[in-house]
Amino acid sequence: MPAAETKTRVANWLEERLGLAAVRELMAHKTVPVHSSSLWYYFGGITLFLFGIQVATGMLLMLYYRATTTEAYESVQFIMTRVEFGWLIRSIHSWAANLMIFTAFVHMFSVVFLHSYRRPREMTWWSGIVLLGLAMAFGFSGYLLPWNKVSYFATKVGADVASSIPWMGQALGRFLRGGEDVAGATLTRFFAFHVVILPATTIFLLLFHLVLVQKHGMSTPPWIGVNGARQMPFFPNFFLRELMAWYGALALLGVLAALVPWELGEKADPFAPAPAGIRPEWYFLAEFYTLKLIPNHVLGIEGELMGIFGFALLALWWVLLPLWAVNRNGMIRVRLVTGIGVLLMAYLITFSLLGYFL
Amino acid sequence: MKLLLAVWAALGIGLAAKDTCLDCHSVLDGKLQAPAAAFAGDVHAKRGFHCSDCHGGDPNAEDPQQSMSRAKGYLGKAPRTAIPKVCARCHSDANLIHKFRPQQRVDQLALYQTSVHGKRLAAGDNKVATCIDCHSVHDIRETRDAQSPVHPLRLPSTCARCHASKQHMASYKIPTSQFQDYQTSVHWEALAKRRDLSAPSCATCHGNHGATPPEVSSVAAVCGTCHVLFEDLFNKSPHQPVFAAAGQASCIVCHSNHAIHKPSTAMLAGDASVCAPCHDKESEGGKASAEMAGLIRRLDASLEKSDRILERARSSGMEVSEALLRQTEAKEHLVKARVAVHAFNPAQLRKPVEEGLAIASQTYSSGEQALVERDRRRLFMVVSVTMIFLTLAGLWWTIRRIEQNRSVIP
Amino acid sequence: MNWLLGGGFTGSVLSFLYPVLRFVNPPAVPEASVNEVNAGKVAELKPNSAKMVKFGARPALLIRVNETEWRAFSAICTHLNCTVQFHEAKHQIWCACHNGLYDLNGQVVSGPPPKPLEEFAVHIRGEEIVIARRA
Repeated sequence: MPAAETKTRVANWLEERLGLAAVRELMAHKTVPVHSSSLWYYFGGITLFLFGIQVATGMLLMLYYRATTTEAYESVQFIMTRVEFGWLIRSIHSWAANLMIFTAFVHMFSVVFLHSYRRPREMTWWSGIVLLGLAMAFGFSGYLLPWNKVSYFATKVGADVASSIPWMGQALGRFLRGGEDVAGATLTRFFAFHVVILPATTIFLLLFHLVLVQKHGMSTPPWIGVNGARQMPFFPNFFLRELMAWYGALALLGVLAALVPWELGEKADPFAPAPAGIRPEWYFLAEFYTLKLIPNHVLGIEGELMGIFGFALLALWWVLLPLWAVNRNGMIRVRLVTGIGVLLMAYLITFSLLGYFL
Repeated sequence: MKLLLAVWAALGIGLAAKDTCLDCHSVLDGKLQAPAAAFAGDVHAKRGFHCSDCHGGDPNAEDPQQSMSRAKGYLGKAPRTAIPKVCARCHSDANLIHKFRPQQRVDQLALYQTSVHGKRLAAGDNKVATCIDCHSVHDIRETRDAQSPVHPLRLPSTCARCHASKQHMASYKIPTSQFQDYQTSVHWEALAKRRDLSAPSCATCHGNHGATPPEVSSVAAVCGTCHVLFEDLFNKSPHQPVFAAAGQASCIVCHSNHAIHKPSTAMLAGDASVCAPCHDKESEGGKASAEMAGLIRRLDASLEKSDRILERARSSGMEVSEALLRQTEAKEHLVKARVAVHAFNPAQLRKPVEEGLAIASQTYSSGEQALVERDRRRLFMVVSVTMIFLTLAGLWWTIRRIEQNRSVIP
Repeated sequence: MNWLLGGGFTGSVLSFLYPVLRFVNPPAVPEASVNEVNAGKVAELKPNSAKMVKFGARPALLIRVNETEWRAFSAICTHLNCTVQFHEAKHQIWCACHNGLYDLNGQVVSGPPPKPLEEFAVHIRGEEIVIARRA
């Protein structure tokens, strides 16, 4: 049987069972608008790729990690010293986690500034916001797992902040910690969040997000108009470029892991006094610093409570962006949204920097 | 005896539920109010004792003439020379004290009478310290109460109130620099900076109630209560009989008394050597001290060298915690070598120094290995990143080729 | 130019796969055991004697009190981290640095130590002695 004929038969066999023609058709027709801001289209893809890296390296780390207070630190140390290339896998996992949250933020702000959240993509925006929250939850839960001094106390502070929310705070704090204090029960819990509950939720939402992106296609900024932009075929033109971005991210991860390996620090000791300069991961720094700045009591209410309440309102308002961004005539308030986006970004950047250096 | 009975009565029957002393004195002003105000924090007040238990008088009488009448046993302010006996009425009475604190000692007065303070007081000198000068009066607290002037952290400055005062000490012709000296010592550092309450302060060496300077012959034993090994080695060393014969106070000869500083090899060799006043450089003793200094310095230097390379490895992200732990083991040998100096025989230092050196060379090579491993990682990374860049170049070229044929869709 | 893409791609994928394969391969020391350590044989220790055992990276003191009674403690003095030793004549645990004494339950008897020594559990399995961290 000639090779060409075999190939056709295999293709037909697969086609009959999988219906790949539809996918190929979709790929052939999918296009990406080309304009001066096209660069930002890549960040969603990079975030997705980094998530893939997290899943892969996370699965590898699970081969050796043990989630108990007596063994967690030692098992991570074991990975870093005894397991071949353990240092690489762990460092990539830690670095990619931080890069992923960073690119997710870039992706979110690019969506704001290109006004891609507008009708009919509200659901895409909302699922994206939830995904960002999940990414931060991944970060918060994963931070504790090496059970070192800094992460132990940062988690304590984080859980205490959650506990100060009125009405449900106590219950929420107990739920997070698995008890009254950060201890072995917290570690088991955070491990379960980190490797089962959060990934399962994320995969589901991620698929939802991607299906919506696929359904609506790439958004074009309102000032260009639907028919104004030239288009580039998604496959192979855009895809190959995206691949370049992924490979670039890989190179960056490799360099970071080799030159600046993620440190392990000292083992957590619940009875030791809190070390100086306890601060959370950088993506919580702006909130952390704001809470620190608020005086103890504002208008007779506890300062921390005010802060949390403020953040909740701000978050809600931000989530509802697609609704208030439109005026009565159905037009996007481009300048208002851009201005608020810039303000929010400026706030996050300055307060994160202040929180880091002060 | 009458008073004692009054105390018993007060305790047993609670006659003194009313306390007219406090009632009046708390509304008087100035000096007359102060004792009543302070008494609330006093350990005696908390145990149910009253003014009258020390001062006599009748706390039930409303009329001051009555309550403070000599007929009712009113003593007023006890003369300084009588104070120890006033306190001892209860504190030397085992039956009474054990009601409150079963393990409390009752020999304070006996000890006090052996102290320099006690002897001078008995001779009529009322400038010396009595109970209330150290324990304070009217707000006397338990020793473990951090506000007590005899709490370990506050004891040195309490002694210094008199002993650092030139004026107060003038007639006794003794130095006043002890507190200042002590504040430069390792013991002060342990006590005040590390808050190690077990660190020695004045009373640890001089005794508390029986405060006396240790005699020349007992200095080694005093230091030896904590520094056992040093005392042992010293007592067996050739220095012991020589110092004893010369009336020299063993440890103090080299380490001084109050200003005890962290020892270093500079004490053994060089210009500041404490050996030099007796041992000429060229003499046998001079050579021995130089050799001991050399041994310690060698171990110290190689430990430091290992520390440096391990720190370099650690700061470039390598895991060297095991080697760092081995370092602490090696540093223990350094400590042993320093202890061995007190035998004043270089042969005794060789074993710990050699053991320390062996570990130091192992940890140094772990450091070297870590740095080699670091370079291996970097090489691997360079290869991988090169491959990535080749792929990127290939991708870019492919994109160019595709778009030459079929550019973007208009 | 295709060889550039193909070669680079193959090379880079190999450089990703190699570490992963090495990682999955179990290391020579199969696990970081920190909760238990083998402390030798029963016959090696006479009654009223002791020996040092490495527990993880830190020293532990194994004491045979009499024929049947065993004790094990962290050998690190709670005062300034010197290594303690068993004092056979005194029947106590002694720290030479500042004359700290602990009894055979690890409790402070005298001297500067601020708190008791951490005690480990001793299990005798046939002839083998195993020291374990207490839960």
